[in-house]
Amino acid sequence: MTDRRTLLTQFSRRRMLMGTAGFAAAAGTGLLPSRLLAQEPIAVAGIYTVPVEQQWVSRIHIAAEAAKEAGQITYSFSENTANTDYPRVMREYAEAGAKLIIGEIFGVEQEAREVVLDYPDTAFLMGSSFMPDPAYPNLAVFDNYIQDASYLSGIIAGALTETGNIGMVGGFPIPEVNRLMHAFMAGVKEMKPDASFQVSFIGSWFDPPKAKETAFAMIENGADMLYAERFGVSDAAQEKGILAIGNVIDTQSDYPDTVAASALWHFEPTLQAALAKVAEGSFEADNYGVYSFMKEGGCSLAPLGTFEGKVPQEALDLVAEREAAIKAGEFTVEIDDSEPTSS
Amino acid sequence: MTEIADILISASFWAAVLRIASPLIFATMGELICERAGVLNLGIEGIMVIGAFAGWMTVYAGGGLWTGVAVAMLAGMAFGALHGVLTVPFGLSQHVVGLGITLLATASAYYAYRLALPEVTNPPRIEPFQTLHIPGLSDLPWLGQALFSQTALTWAAFACVAIVALVLYRTPLGLALRAAGENPHAVEAQGLSVGAIRIGAVIVGSGLMAVGGAFLTMSAFSSFFFEMVNGRGWICIALVVFGAWKPGKALLGALLFAGFDALQVRLQQTGMGQVVPYQVFLMIPYLLSILALILMSRRARVPAALMTPFNRGER
Repeated sequence: MTDRRTLLTQFSRRRMLMGTAGFAAAAGTGLLPSRLLAQEPIAVAGIYTVPVEQQWVSRIHIAAEAAKEAGQITYSFSENTANTDYPRVMREYAEAGAKLIIGEIFGVEQEAREVVLDYPDTAFLMGSSFMPDPAYPNLAVFDNYIQDASYLSGIIAGALTETGNIGMVGGFPIPEVNRLMHAFMAGVKEMKPDASFQVSFIGSWFDPPKAKETAFAMIENGADMLYAERFGVSDAAQEKGILAIGNVIDTQSDYPDTVAASALWHFEPTLQAALAKVAEGSFEADNYGVYSFMKEGGCSLAPLGTFEGKVPQEALDLVAEREAAIKAGEFTVEIDDSEPTSS
Repeated sequence: MTEIADILISASFWAAVLRIASPLIFATMGELICERAGVLNLGIEGIMVIGAFAGWMTVYAGGGLWTGVAVAMLAGMAFGALHGVLTVPFGLSQHVVGLGITLLATASAYYAYRLALPEVTNPPRIEPFQTLHIPGLSDLPWLGQALFSQTALTWAAFACVAIVALVLYRTPLGLALRAAGENPHAVEAQGLSVGAIRIGAVIVGSGLMAVGGAFLTMSAFSSFFFEMVNGRGWICIALVVFGAWKPGKALLGALLFAGFDALQVRLQQTGMGQVVPYQVFLMIPYLLSILALILMSRRARVPAALMTPFNRGER
């Protein structure tokens, strides 16, 4: 009972925050163990190490909320879970009967794998730096492999930069960040083969003032286009009147004259693929990273919006051509996970 | 080496130094006041978070920027009052209370944020403080850009140092405060309340720390992230030691640290950045600060009664 009680405390906290009284209903139909029929919503739980509005996690959360709205799943989540607490929260949701648990185990790879073995009937779909392993049959992995969209956003950046000097500010040089930077640079070079890049990592995911200072330094050093991997970079671009390219989410509404294009990640295909497997009882150790590819609908270039008419037609033609080729499987954007350096 | 010289003579470098130093200056002055009165305030990191949140939230909810600063200060003072009550009359461990306050304040800030904004996808933004144009000074060649293109909060940070120094060394209140940190029995003998002075110092100091946090969300950036203070509070604890518990020297320390930070982000884009791993650059401010700390603190005089609770009548 202890486990359930602590779980309920969590739910009630969340419910209280939402200001609704639907707690009992949610807990009743959702995560409490019950015989699930095929048509019944699948009980899904999300465990995130950061608040749900932060870039990467927000894409997962939005997809899950949409599936919940559609009546496909019941969805509960814990945000801002410390890595030290992560295995405990995984256990709590598994004990409470969640059929699919989604989240990110970049900081708890080993501990999380120990947990999944204790709950063979629960499917775990986790963001991870490692490949799937048959030794952990109920743990599948994913990541935002949106290099296709990053490449297309690079083409637009290459067409819009005048100096050919592009600044890129990242958090840490981990594979997810590196491969998108490389794809972006490859895109830029399609339009500007002699472009040069300034690359910096700030050693933190959430220090926008620091990201902003780093971006300022790049602008002083001649950059007229920034790749905004972190919050803070677009602000520097806006203040100095240059352009920026967004990543993972679309922030153009906040920076209408600054963010020219964004590579968007859509988690929906990843989630749907996992739900289908769970429903038919065939969930296994797979790599769901491929569902972030453009041909699966896992990523896209954001609509041009305020930059409609400002991007040279030549670039738009190439974007359209490459997008079609990527979707048709005739063109592959290289996946390069090595740490990018300035050039 | 010419690359470093080029960076040092660029006006934008100096503008960056002042920008980066501003939150540190506020928080360092706050910590300095607490410690001069004899109380180590390890709640600083959390109090900066609550300040960053309270100020930002006030503006987001429709308040003015200066109202936001005032609310941030009040929020910091509230946590300072809690810290003061626990450490001064109750005489509890200042380490434990301080770290507890940091955890409580950080969690409270996040909890309040979620209560206020339960359903957001992109972090909401406010219109932050803008660069203040000072007629005459801002138009000077080089100097105008280097020193006189800052927001009002940066100027407030420098004014804060002057006021703290003035009060500490030129007023009876400052004398009593310093004495409370050196020899509380002497203060008691003068008929003054050591407890009141210490609690007051912790409350005011915490208010300043919170304004330092508010600088991050209201001047340096425009959104609130609960992790964004990112260790700046702990840096300020070191800066107080670096400054030998003197406001002027502490200001120098903050500027020095900010200078190293502004330098390293620029060095990453020079030829050195091609060969040296980025982690080394990120380490520079901390390494050089440790070095400076060792050199500077050798002659520093620690307030004699720092971290010693005072009980009336006890010898």
